[in-house]
Amino acid sequence: MTTLTTPLEKQRTGAAAGPRPRRRAADGRRASGRPSVAWAVPGLLFFGLFAVVPMGLAVYLSFTSWDGLTSPTPVGLDNWTRLFGDPEFLQAARLSALLTVVSWLFQTPVALLLGVWAAGRQRNRAVLSAVFFLPLLLSTTAISVLFHALLDPNFGVVKEIGPWFGIDPNILGTSTGALLTVAFVGGWQFMPFHTLIYQGGMRQIPQVLYQAAAIDGAGPLRQFFSITLPQLKNTVTTSSVLMIVGSLTYFDTVLIMTKGGPGTDTTIVPYLMYRVGFQSYDLGYASAVATALVVVATGLSLLMVRFSGFGAMRSTREGM
Amino acid sequence: MSAHSTAARPGRRPRRLGNPVAGAGALVWLVVVLLPLYTLLSSSLTRQDQALSGNPLAPPADPTLDNYGFVLDSGFLTLMGNTAVVAVATVALVLVFSVPVAYVAVRTRSGASMAVFRTFLLGVAIPAQAVVVPLYMLIAEMGMYDTLLAIILPTAAFAMPVAVLVLTSTMRDISEELYEAMALDGARPLRMLWTLTVPMSRAGISTVVIFSALQAWNGFLFPLILTQSEEQRVLTLGLFNFMGQFGLNVPALLAAVVLSVIPIFTVYLFARRALINGLMGVGGK
Repeated sequence: MTTLTTPLEKQRTGAAAGPRPRRRAADGRRASGRPSVAWAVPGLLFFGLFAVVPMGLAVYLSFTSWDGLTSPTPVGLDNWTRLFGDPEFLQAARLSALLTVVSWLFQTPVALLLGVWAAGRQRNRAVLSAVFFLPLLLSTTAISVLFHALLDPNFGVVKEIGPWFGIDPNILGTSTGALLTVAFVGGWQFMPFHTLIYQGGMRQIPQVLYQAAAIDGAGPLRQFFSITLPQLKNTVTTSSVLMIVGSLTYFDTVLIMTKGGPGTDTTIVPYLMYRVGFQSYDLGYASAVATALVVVATGLSLLMVRFSGFGAMRSTREGM
Repeated sequence: MSAHSTAARPGRRPRRLGNPVAGAGALVWLVVVLLPLYTLLSSSLTRQDQALSGNPLAPPADPTLDNYGFVLDSGFLTLMGNTAVVAVATVALVLVFSVPVAYVAVRTRSGASMAVFRTFLLGVAIPAQAVVVPLYMLIAEMGMYDTLLAIILPTAAFAMPVAVLVLTSTMRDISEELYEAMALDGARPLRMLWTLTVPMSRAGISTVVIFSALQAWNGFLFPLILTQSEEQRVLTLGLFNFMGQFGLNVPALLAAVVLSVIPIFTVYLFARRALINGLMGVGGK
């Protein structure tokens, strides 16, 4: 009875309360006890000051020339026209795109399979999952330092096991090898995270679907492609967005392992930004590079989020 | 037939497609994960003169802790202390700012609260690199360049989007009836937050604590750009520095890596479940 009349009640109290935004009306059982939006203001201001405002400033600085010491001087579109004609930037953009594609192709199938596998509840899976998780605890710096040592052509592990797989021990000295290494090291580090995402998505698939499919005689492969994959659609999106933004912003790995080399063959956009900004002190141009990066990264994420409806506010338990 | 065999083992869930393939893949991945970690440990225990000549896969013939002593004598504890300060302060700031935001996002169904939530959702996509130049300017203007605060504030801000997402998804599962019951008793939002939402969100909060501590502990770019002096140096920068400083002393370098990881590993041992459950929630549908 109460539930039936509630919408009406809400309407009435809403009308009676007039323009007051707070709905703690005396009789409104459901409407009461909700916090004011003002509660979110401190968090929003803090986030705004150190993340959103700098984003705006970056756009402003991209229209200036600034050496970091004197004040920025507006130069109009100079940085931007320079950007699109700069062979170094174009190469960096191409390398970033390549790195993103390679990372996605490498990480998604592995993480998906590992996640589906790890969603089972046997004890050995739990133990293995705990081991798989370890790389995520190491900092990118630690991982880069570690792999730099492992890949040393003179005394690293690659000298021993590289030849088994036809890998040149001097892998960091070759342009393709260095880029693939950066992608691999990134995957090594972030795979556990994506595995977990898939594992979580997997556990939320209603078992009834599999039971029904089994009754209909669908085999494991069929079940995987007809139930698991479609049900994991949003999970794939989430994971892919994070992967794409992640690999567009690889930086520590490149700085520590390859310094953008050999030559400029691993100088991806973030590293170029760092070099231009904090080694050549051309901070206006660096801001243009950074702005281009964020436009691409958010553009891609927005597109994917919109495409999949991931942003919708839904309870994870709804409908179960 | 298969239905019978699954019914016979109640602990096991039916189907588990692609198991042989995924299982074999899991074993391969186990090697890929463990081999570098094994080499990390074994090299850090190897004498420097043997490290350059021996097979890096063989266990150290003559294990030693000297490398660890050497690293600890090279100012490692300062790095550790600075990093701990950064991590604790970051976690505190993230919680203080994110909990109310998530609470509002879940409990207030207004356009404004959705807008707040969306802001943070989009915030996930802002790469730190994109703002580091203006942050450098902002931090310098605020007179905080080369202080630990210069690392803490942006790190906390950048940990907030994920924190809000995790907290929101935990808080969403608290049943409406509990709030209604409290409302009937005349509880105000603050009391509900404190006595209902926060205790019921313990899992999400633990995740956020570990997650932001990890980010602070492992952050590299902000310290690199926003600090300079040795006194303000954090672990990651220290490792980077050791790389140049120790030259060919790879065992010492790797010992430093091991030392830098120990605190995080310890936390992980105690809080594994919270972290993993929370992270899984991020990808939930």
